[in-house]
Amino acid sequence: MREITLSQAVNEAIAEEMRRDPTVFLLGEDVAEAGTPFKVLSGLVEEFGTERIIDTPIAEPGFVGLAVGAAMTGARPIVDLMFGDFIYLVMDQLCNQAAKQHYMSGGKLSVPMVLRTNLGATRRSAAQHSQSLQALVAHIPGLKVAMPSSAYEAKGLMKTAIRDNNPVVIFEDKLMYQDKAPVPEEEYLIPFGEANVKREGRDITLIATSSMVQVAEKAAETLAAEGISAEVIDPRTIVPLDEATLLASVRKTSRAIVIDEGHQSYGVTAEIASRLNEKAFYHLDAPVLRMGAMDVPVPFSPALEDITVPTPEGVVANARKLCAGEMINAA
Amino acid sequence: MAKGKTNTEDYLRMYRQMVRIRTFEDNANQLYLSAKMPGLTHMYSGEEAVAVGICEALTDNDRITSTHRGHGHCVAKGAEFKEMFCELLGKEEGYCRGKGGSMHIADQSHGNLGANAIVGGSMGIATGSALRAKLQGADDVTVCFFGDGATAQGLLYEVMNMAALWNLPVIYACENNGYSEYTKTEEIAAGSITARAEAFGIEAFRIDGQDVLAVNELTQKLVARCRNGEGPFFIELETYRYHGHHVGDINREYYRSKEEEKDWKQNRDPIVRFRSWLVDQGIASEEEIEAMNAEIEKDATEAVAYAEAAKYPDAAEVDMHVYAD
Ligand SMILES: Cc1ncc(C[n+]2csc(CCOP(=O)(O)OP(=O)(O)O)c2C)c(N)n1
Ligand SMILES: [Mg+2]
Repeated sequence: MREITLSQAVNEAIAEEMRRDPTVFLLGEDVAEAGTPFKVLSGLVEEFGTERIIDTPIAEPGFVGLAVGAAMTGARPIVDLMFGDFIYLVMDQLCNQAAKQHYMSGGKLSVPMVLRTNLGATRRSAAQHSQSLQALVAHIPGLKVAMPSSAYEAKGLMKTAIRDNNPVVIFEDKLMYQDKAPVPEEEYLIPFGEANVKREGRDITLIATSSMVQVAEKAAETLAAEGISAEVIDPRTIVPLDEATLLASVRKTSRAIVIDEGHQSYGVTAEIASRLNEKAFYHLDAPVLRMGAMDVPVPFSPALEDITVPTPEGVVANARKLCAGEMINAA
Repeated sequence: MAKGKTNTEDYLRMYRQMVRIRTFEDNANQLYLSAKMPGLTHMYSGEEAVAVGICEALTDNDRITSTHRGHGHCVAKGAEFKEMFCELLGKEEGYCRGKGGSMHIADQSHGNLGANAIVGGSMGIATGSALRAKLQGADDVTVCFFGDGATAQGLLYEVMNMAALWNLPVIYACENNGYSEYTKTEEIAAGSITARAEAFGIEAFRIDGQDVLAVNELTQKLVARCRNGEGPFFIELETYRYHGHHVGDINREYYRSKEEEKDWKQNRDPIVRFRSWLVDQGIASEEEIEAMNAEIEKDATEAVAYAEAAKYPDAAEVDMHVYAD
């Protein structure tokens, strides 16, 4: 199969959906000629013109609001939010307006829009350009949240997001834009709420999102060499969450670590871990562990930044302890 | 050129500060090009007269808020090369102990409340600082630096409204360098920028940001009026950035022509202009100016070497400073 970058995969998904549905359009800062600072959208304005690939002023709450209104009245906007950190600026439009219209109107209005943005630290971009804020939006009923872990997922999930009748937030890992993966030439969609078992194993389940899937896979390799068989699962969407696949795995392995790049406290890892505790408690041989980013703003210095995010070595160390029956964090 | 400060020492200091900014940026760019600097940074080169003209009208007690393109503001407000380069390289002796980096340098000792990586993110902070001054009966003034692109942020209009209602001692300084990232200002800003401030009853000025004396003269007047309870004010400064949006923005002809860049550099350079004025007025000789330039260059080289050799913060610092004691 051909291999393309995550950036090309996103670009293809958007182009295909724009060809398929004339109501789809995209807006954001420097998305047209510049094709975004990460060059993800290069070439789209040449094909679709500035009527459908729209450069906006630096007015995030404004253009997200525009997308909500356009979506409520018959269009399918894709909003490009340059950095995930800017989500704070658009919270009202996203969480008070987009997320609630369908419910508040008793099902009469809907907001079929996509907000594509990114996450990920270790790019030396400091505290306001490095955050992984998926937990913030996953907390809000009415929003769906997709977290692609490779070019393959990025394409399939983006196409599903554009066709979905709800506001969907997609977080791409900004460090993965140039990473290649096999992506079929033929059209495919990845349904929301279907986890992907990336690697089968018996002893421990590593549930990882987005950027952390690679971390979990590397850890699983190392563990395998030590005779620990780790299963790696990528939920692909955290809302909706494919609980059944996660529970089936944990019932089999009886141990789990949940890994996500958002801050650990009150985060995605906490939500998944507590569901496993509630629904698979009697199958567990050890407490479910959370591994998130350290509860600190992302520091600029390389000497500090690298220690704030989960690493394969950290996952291996924790998995070893869990499998050896050592109660980590026991008081 | 208009007359700003009036004695020789002040003029020479303004020249020196502009050259220090240019020299700092040339060295920072070199650090990036030689892969010694973590991440990216936004160069202030070309805009020196704005930061220097304004900051030379302020005291250490007056505050500024800065932007992602903030090295110029930082130097102009009095910061040292050593601590700045250490910060750019993520070293412990940096102004923010390496935690902030280029986009978050703050220098409390000279009233710099910090650069900001959120476009427009400091507009509330600057206005709040002015509110504090008024509430506490202090006579300091706050200058809020931001770009033309930042005028698209709604926050500006919320805080200008309050600043005008309450006569706050704040000066909004819009550095209009013609671009926000890879887009021309006229494509993202409707109508007139100064008219937006005027709509709130704020006195607004549009001036040549390449003329350090004109900038300084105007700012001195406005600062005095702010101290007298007549604020807020708004200044739009017409200027130009010589480099790309950030150091990595090298092939930029698709949005900005080489001829345009050349024109600004050759015909409107704030340092060249001021230098020939100084010589014409007999304030400094070419030799004195060359000596000053060389001394600044040496300072920068030494500061870079120092920063490269300096130590990184200890890992234990990672969870320090999340909460204040
Ligand atoms: C809220 C927000 N939106 C977008 C960005 C990305 N961004 C960084 S600088 C910039 C352009 C700013 O233009 P301007 O205000 O004119 O300042 P200049 O870079 O020209 O000095 C953009 C869009 C950001 N940092 N923050
Ligand atoms: Mg600008």
